[in-house]
Amino acid sequence: MARIWVAVGVGLALTALIVFRLVKLQIIDREYYVTRAEENRMRLSAVPPVRGLVTDRNGVLLAENKPAFVLEVVPEQVKDMNGLLERLRPLAELDDYEIDRFRERVAKTPRYRAVPLRGNLTQQQVAQFQLNRYQFPGVDVNAKLTRSYPLGAAAAHVVGYVGGITERELNQIEATAYRGLSQIGKVGVERSHEEELRGTPGTKIIEANAYGRPLRELDYKQGAPGKNLILTIDSKVQQVAQDALGGLDGAVVALDPRNGEVIALVSMPTFDPQLFVAGIDHASYNALRDNRRRPLYNRALQGAYPPGSTVKPFMALAGYEYDTLQPAHSEFCSGSMGIARTNRKYRCWKRTGHGWMNMASAVTQSCDIYFYKVAEGLGIKRINSFMDLFGLGSPTGVDLPLEHSGLLPSPEWKQRTRQQIWYPGETLNVGIGQGYLTTTPIQLAQITARMAMRGRGFKPHVVQATQDAISNQIERLDPEPLKPISHRLTQDWDKVENAMVQVTSSRRGTAYNVYKDAPYSSAGKTGTAQVAGMSQEELRARKLTETPFHLRDHALFIAYGPVEDPKIAVAVIAEHAGHGGSSAAPIARKVMDQYLLGKVLYESPPPEGRESAIGGQE
Amino acid sequence: MTPFPDKTRGDSTVLGTLEMVHIDPVLLALLLTICALGLTVLYSASGHSADMVINQAQRLAVGMGVMVVAAHLPPEMYRAGAPWFYGLALILCAFTLFLGDEAKGAQRWLDFGIVRFQPSELMKLATPIMVASFLHGFPLPPRWHTVILTLGLIAIPTMLVMIQPDLGTSLLIVASGTFALYLGGLRWRYILGAVAAIGASAPILWSQLHDYQRQRILTLLDPESDPLGAGYHIAQSKIAIGSGGPTGKGWLEGTQAKLDFLPESHTDFILAVHAEELGLIGVSLLILLYIGVIARGLQVAARAQDSFQRLLAGSLSMTFFVYVFINMGMVIGLLPVVGVPLPLMSYGGTSMVSLLAGFGILMSIHTHRKLLAS
Repeated sequence: MARIWVAVGVGLALTALIVFRLVKLQIIDREYYVTRAEENRMRLSAVPPVRGLVTDRNGVLLAENKPAFVLEVVPEQVKDMNGLLERLRPLAELDDYEIDRFRERVAKTPRYRAVPLRGNLTQQQVAQFQLNRYQFPGVDVNAKLTRSYPLGAAAAHVVGYVGGITERELNQIEATAYRGLSQIGKVGVERSHEEELRGTPGTKIIEANAYGRPLRELDYKQGAPGKNLILTIDSKVQQVAQDALGGLDGAVVALDPRNGEVIALVSMPTFDPQLFVAGIDHASYNALRDNRRRPLYNRALQGAYPPGSTVKPFMALAGYEYDTLQPAHSEFCSGSMGIARTNRKYRCWKRTGHGWMNMASAVTQSCDIYFYKVAEGLGIKRINSFMDLFGLGSPTGVDLPLEHSGLLPSPEWKQRTRQQIWYPGETLNVGIGQGYLTTTPIQLAQITARMAMRGRGFKPHVVQATQDAISNQIERLDPEPLKPISHRLTQDWDKVENAMVQVTSSRRGTAYNVYKDAPYSSAGKTGTAQVAGMSQEELRARKLTETPFHLRDHALFIAYGPVEDPKIAVAVIAEHAGHGGSSAAPIARKVMDQYLLGKVLYESPPPEGRESAIGGQE
Repeated sequence: MTPFPDKTRGDSTVLGTLEMVHIDPVLLALLLTICALGLTVLYSASGHSADMVINQAQRLAVGMGVMVVAAHLPPEMYRAGAPWFYGLALILCAFTLFLGDEAKGAQRWLDFGIVRFQPSELMKLATPIMVASFLHGFPLPPRWHTVILTLGLIAIPTMLVMIQPDLGTSLLIVASGTFALYLGGLRWRYILGAVAAIGASAPILWSQLHDYQRQRILTLLDPESDPLGAGYHIAQSKIAIGSGGPTGKGWLEGTQAKLDFLPESHTDFILAVHAEELGLIGVSLLILLYIGVIARGLQVAARAQDSFQRLLAGSLSMTFFVYVFINMGMVIGLLPVVGVPLPLMSYGGTSMVSLLAGFGILMSIHTHRKLLAS
């Protein structure tokens, strides 16, 4: 009996231990465990917003959202990830790169959340997978809205594309704004107007079980879809510009001088933006990136080219502004000239010389000697401050990413960057748009537009208006006026404009052949920019066709029209295409035809062709 | 020592009638209450599976049948049959090692076509019966060589079950044999010596454990270190119990089990569901019911008429306590997760039948004593 009582005592002591523990868990620490239980079952789930559409000025779709099939994996439900990937590899046609990227994403995502393994499944692949689906627990095919670019390569450099958020971007963006989103605008409007396009994600609080399967919704907070963007681009003009460049590398920018709207912005060669949306494969990306013609490089914004003779009308204006050039001033062109204290000869492109030239004929026939003299009279400092008024040397501020500023040189700049003094001869080179001076195609278009507007101007922009995706209400974005360029006398503008009009309308004008039958008035200026690497002598000695392609001159042309009421200003640069008049002017003419007349009147045999759109693998 | 005074003796009431067929009404009422509670919680823990509840109820019915049969057999028969029963159980256990089905890395099951059961469960009854019957033949308290022999009788089945491996059951077998020896009057110095010896042999025992068992013990010490892996059981179980609070979330309202956060919620960890949904009040009720069962068992032992019956009844009751204590201890995070079900509550067949057979033996000891006395 005593032994039983001892046992009872020990038993009661142990029972007391259990009861104490229960009291601790259920009474004392209860709050803590209630919280833990809630955390267990509540899952915050994002409702991704629908990205805004992008249309051109006439409502032509440039970027939209289309349902696409995505293969997704919920890691928590997969027991043997390696085995699964090996079995999925042939079925979904996965390569090592895709699998590596998938693993990286898995490592960064909560285990209950679906991770995309492969986007853009074909109907056939979807059917294949559905048949074998029972073999792949935790894997599912989901239809998701995917960005689609109906015009493809034609608007790629304006619209840009979206792609997966990279680790670096992840550190910069605000995580809550991207809840439920896996893509972000990478270049073009998609990037510069990311904020408007993206919208605000909604949130859902759902009850989920231990395997992450959502069971019911507990709370819902509405998000907002992204805004639609209406661009200033006219896709027909854009297409004409692209076709006109044909196989040439180069850029075309067309602006509306009255408000700064970008009517067309083309950089060739271009690429298919769709490749990036689903995640470009490694080989295709390398092929694009390493392509010698650099299709990903937006020449219209990033390409800094010597403006060549297109700068001459602006030099004339500068001379008038600073009174270093008299309106009636004439200069004799013998084909070359020298400057004080040096032996160097400065040559005109026309070796036999132009004879007596005034400003108008020097612009029309693009005489170099006349403008060497103009530049010599101005000096580099005055050239610098005048061109600065036009915006050279600074980005135009267009609402597109990665714009280059070009280079407006000055003695201070040269001292600072090269620790060298400025030589007087370098001023002469700048006077004909060579030497250190570089401009981007959009800057050239912009100064042309300002010439057309007598110094007034607007910041170039590609977005005309935003549209609320729900109410369809359109909000116009007002053009941003720039500080007018002071110029004392209107008649100076008129004189320079007349000279530019003669370029396209006088028999001796360098673009006369291209514009002679145009039913509208126009003003223009041709240019030829030397490619570094060969001396002037060497280049002049040869005919164009004998020069190696990559050393041939770049052809440039700027123009606007109609002169009485300017509606469009165009800048064209065609790399290695030789002379501006014969290669670049026809492109500008076609663009102006399309915009002003609604059709292209001008007909010319297209320049010798190379592939224009560079795809993935070659 | 009379928690349940025998008012029923000689009555011609229903309870009296029960006594006549060797059923102890007190024990029966307590057991049925626990089982009813168990089925109720099981319905919730299984995710509202009526099939599982019916399944469990059928097993209960079988167990009750076995209990009634066991109650009818007179205690003398157990004593006389002890060596045969013990021997058969040993053979079946040995068989399991060679022919048994493997499940979760352990060979426990023996498949007879119609019946699939664990011979180790048989051993939980055979060992205390054997030990009690063996000690009955000697003057008590036992002398040292008797103790050695008894320890051998306990050690053989324990080893057989441990290498299956089934740590929980082998612990219960050791307990059942040792309690009989203890009640037989084992000298305190032997007991203290044994405790010291166990302490010394712990490292050897450790080396004999399977990896999963070691892991469970290690994570018990620091379950939070691996909340998604090994410590998941205990962490989720504690969340379930703690979040239940004093009154619980209500029957069928526990989120931990319903949303599958609690593993093994209908088997070893059913207490967590019980505690989550019915709270501290519900658990306390269950503990009281268990205490009632054990108290009644000890009362039967105290009134037993010979040393065999006393040792056997006492051992069965105290083993039942160990059963409950180990399960509750592991579910609330006091003891390692060794895989002992909560008696009469956890879903599962063999342990239910062997438990109820044990209560049948208790009833036999109780009711046959009374008949003899009258």
